[in-house]
Formats: sequence, C-alpha cells, structure tokens
Amino acid sequence: MSDPDLKITPLYEAHLAAGARMVPFAGYSMPVQYRDGVLKEHVWTRTHAGLFDVSHMGQARLRGENPFEAFQAVTPGDFVGLKPGKQRYSVLLNASGGIIDDLMAARPDADGLFIVVNGACKDNDFKVMAEQLAGRVEIERLENRALLALQGPEAARVLAGHVPQAASMVFMDSLSCEGLGTDLILSRSGYTGEDGYEISVPADQAARVWALLLEDERVRPIGLGARDSLRLEAGLPLYGHDVDESVSPIEADLAFAVSPKRRLAADFPGAARILAELADGPPRKRVALKVLEGAPAREGAEIADADGKVVGVITSGGFSPSLSIPIAMGFVPPGLAGVGTALKVIVRGKPQTAEVVAMPFVPHQYVRKL
Amino acid sequence: MRFTKDHEWVALDGDVATIGITAYAAEQLGDVVFVETPEPGKTVKAGEGLAVVESVKAASDVYAPVSGEVIEANEALSGAPETVNDQPEGAGWFARVRLADKAQYESLMDRAAYDAFLETL
Repeated sequence: MSDPDLKITPLYEAHLAAGARMVPFAGYSMPVQYRDGVLKEHVWTRTHAGLFDVSHMGQARLRGENPFEAFQAVTPGDFVGLKPGKQRYSVLLNASGGIIDDLMAARPDADGLFIVVNGACKDNDFKVMAEQLAGRVEIERLENRALLALQGPEAARVLAGHVPQAASMVFMDSLSCEGLGTDLILSRSGYTGEDGYEISVPADQAARVWALLLEDERVRPIGLGARDSLRLEAGLPLYGHDVDESVSPIEADLAFAVSPKRRLAADFPGAARILAELADGPPRKRVALKVLEGAPAREGAEIADADGKVVGVITSGGFSPSLSIPIAMGFVPPGLAGVGTALKVIVRGKPQTAEVVAMPFVPHQYVRKL
Repeated sequence: MRFTKDHEWVALDGDVATIGITAYAAEQLGDVVFVETPEPGKTVKAGEGLAVVESVKAASDVYAPVSGEVIEANEALSGAPETVNDQPEGAGWFARVRLADKAQYESLMDRAAYDAFLETL
C-alpha cells in the first residue's frame, strides 16, 4: 500500500514489481533504489544505460502571442533567441536575483514553450509564473504526461532502435515526434553527466514504454539514490540543497545561464545584484571538494580554512562510486574557491582534509556534434 | 549471539562482547562505504553511539547494545568497509567491548526472538 499522503507516478506498480525501495520525495512515493542497490545502479548508468522515472517533475506548455519574450521576464536567459528544436537550461529568479527554481525550457514544436521544473518546486513555480506573466502567456500544466530519463553511453543506440530521429539529435536538442507507439517530447539531455534523453510520454502510455525500454538488456531501472550520486559527480546542483532562494546564479556557478544579451539589457529580476556579482565577484561561490581522508562530508557539514576557521558549509556530498572517494559541493568565499585550495570539512566534530577541485568531478559525456 | 531492535548483534566470549550489525541492517543500509569505529579505551553505555556506518545514501549510528570498555576496534574496516555487507555477522564486526554487566547481554533477544521481531517489520 502506498502512503495516502504521497502522490504516485504512473510507474508506481512497475517500481514495486522491479523490487524498488520506495521513499517520499517531492511529495511522491519514488524509488530510491531497485534490487541492484545504489552503487551498482550508478556504475550501470556510467557504463550502459539507466532508465529513471522522473515523472514527479513539473511539465508545462507556455502559450501566447510571444511566450519566448514573456518568459524572459522571470529568467535571465535568451529565449527570444531560442531556435526551434533547441532547449536551454535556465533559472526562475526572484526580485533579489535569488533562484526560485532551475528548469529546462524548449521549443520541441510550434506549440509555444515546453518547460520542465523540479517536482518539489512545481506548484510554487507555476504560481509565480502565473502571477508574473499574467495576460502574456497561458500556462497549461501537463499533468497527463509522465517523464522518463534514459541515460548512459548506450542510451543513444537503445533509443535509436525505437525512434530513429533520436540519433540525429545533439545535446540540448528538443523534438516532438511519434515513437515507442505514442507521441513523444524528446530532449537529448539529462542530469547525470552522461549522454542520454529525457522522454515525455502520455501518462497512460508510461508503463508500456517503461517496460518496452527495459526489454533491452542494456537498460536497467535506476533509482533516485544513484541519480543523486550521478548528478553530484557531474557537478550539477540540486535545488533545495545546493541552491535556494537566497542563492544567485553567480554564487551557484551558473553564470552561463545569464545570457550575454540579457546582461547588456539588464532587464531580468535581480539584475542589479547579479550584474554587480559578475563585475566584482560574489560573496560566496559554489565549489567542488574532494575529501581526501575520512568519512563522507554530507549536507550541513562545516567547511573550515587551513587554520580551522569556519568559512562555509557543505550543501551536498557523499561517496563517489566512480572515484571511490567522498566528494562534496559547498559554498566558500571567492578567495578560497580556487582549484587546489586546501580546506577542511568538519564531520562529527573532526576536521578532515579536503581540496577544491575543478567541476565536474567526472567529465560530461554530452554529444555536442554528430 | 544476541540482538537488539536497532539491529545490532552481540557475541559473547567470556566477558568480551563482539558487536556488529545484522544481515538485515546491512541489507537495509545498502553499500557501506565508510565505518567510524570507536577508540580502544573508550567507555560506552548501552544505548549510546558506538560507531557510525556510512552507506552511499546516508550516515547511520550504531548503538552499543551493552555497557563496557572498548578494548578493540575492527581496523580492517577502514580499508574494506564493504566487509559489513559481505559478512555482517562475522568479519564485518565493529568493536569488542569488555562487558560491565553480563545481565545486560542476557536481556537481549536471542535469534528466534529477533527473527520473530523482523517478521513484524
């Protein structure tokens, strides 16, 4: 029996049948791991293809006279310049330049802007958009669609066997098409650092598509536990942990999401703060840390400088299955953010040696050219 | 061997109690990647933290099932934490404690009672 306080995705029964351990996440009962466990699922995704249920995430269409221009009122991205068939990563900003959520926005077809936001934030995100963009866009939440992610070095070959068009897409391409026996919204992207796709399907087709993809022996179901360790190794921030409403895109090391055109126009929420941080440096910066001894440093652990003075905090951390050492992300003053800086992480009162390293920990495998 | 509701086991040899976590606990934790064992010489009370075991997912406390003085920690776990998954009720032991009160050991669940307890979870 599922917890009556939790929502379920169209794949709930499939998860149970596959031996998933279900946990509450973003208001949903979600699989944290299947029978293989987090470590094996992580390695499988890095070496073959992992299939994830991310149907808790919020999908929507923004339609109107010019939804691309309108969307720029709440983000620092260049959506006027978003070409058909392309997707962009962006952030929803509050008036002080803090991040309300991070998201993907795409033009898979001629039907406005297709966006995907975080599950835990989606109700608030759509409320903010409805308020800020009133009269300019109509927001249709696609509650009748599920979202799967197929990630890993064999993902492209697996999906091309079902959907030939997938093979001609590159990283951050977006496409509405028929395939897998239904209508799809595909993007060649994901949140693991691997090549792969996110596949939006009608909710009533999700279980069939899930089972069909799993018929391929290169594909295994992967839970949220491995999704977290994969995105951590890929240096990708997790909203609600590494990023919240107090954090600017510059502090979060997401300056690439602030488009050059929009910097010149200075016409996005919190532009004064964000442009000042771009010019003078932010007061704190998200960094990647390798923990060189001892236990994994997890969210909430303090970061100290070489003299033992507390200078920051870990926002997410754990054990890296690919590197076989603990890794973490956290915020430190910019003077301590340089690669090679020696720091300490305090775990259960004990200082452990750590070092700032380049992000990502494990190289991205995105296919940018065919 | 005796067991607690927190899924620790204790094996007694004379007045020396060897302590670890059960196969059920190891399975629930998933892949163990780090174990923090207590310093020999430390005195622990039943119910207090004895060790910390870290899986990929999270850190979990291991409680002392009995009171006494730690006389040995399983140093091998620092290089091979996966032993906790492979042999939880054997080579994956955490610490040896010189028992202060043998009645504490006797008050814990035996295997049949622990198995019955697992059935209720």
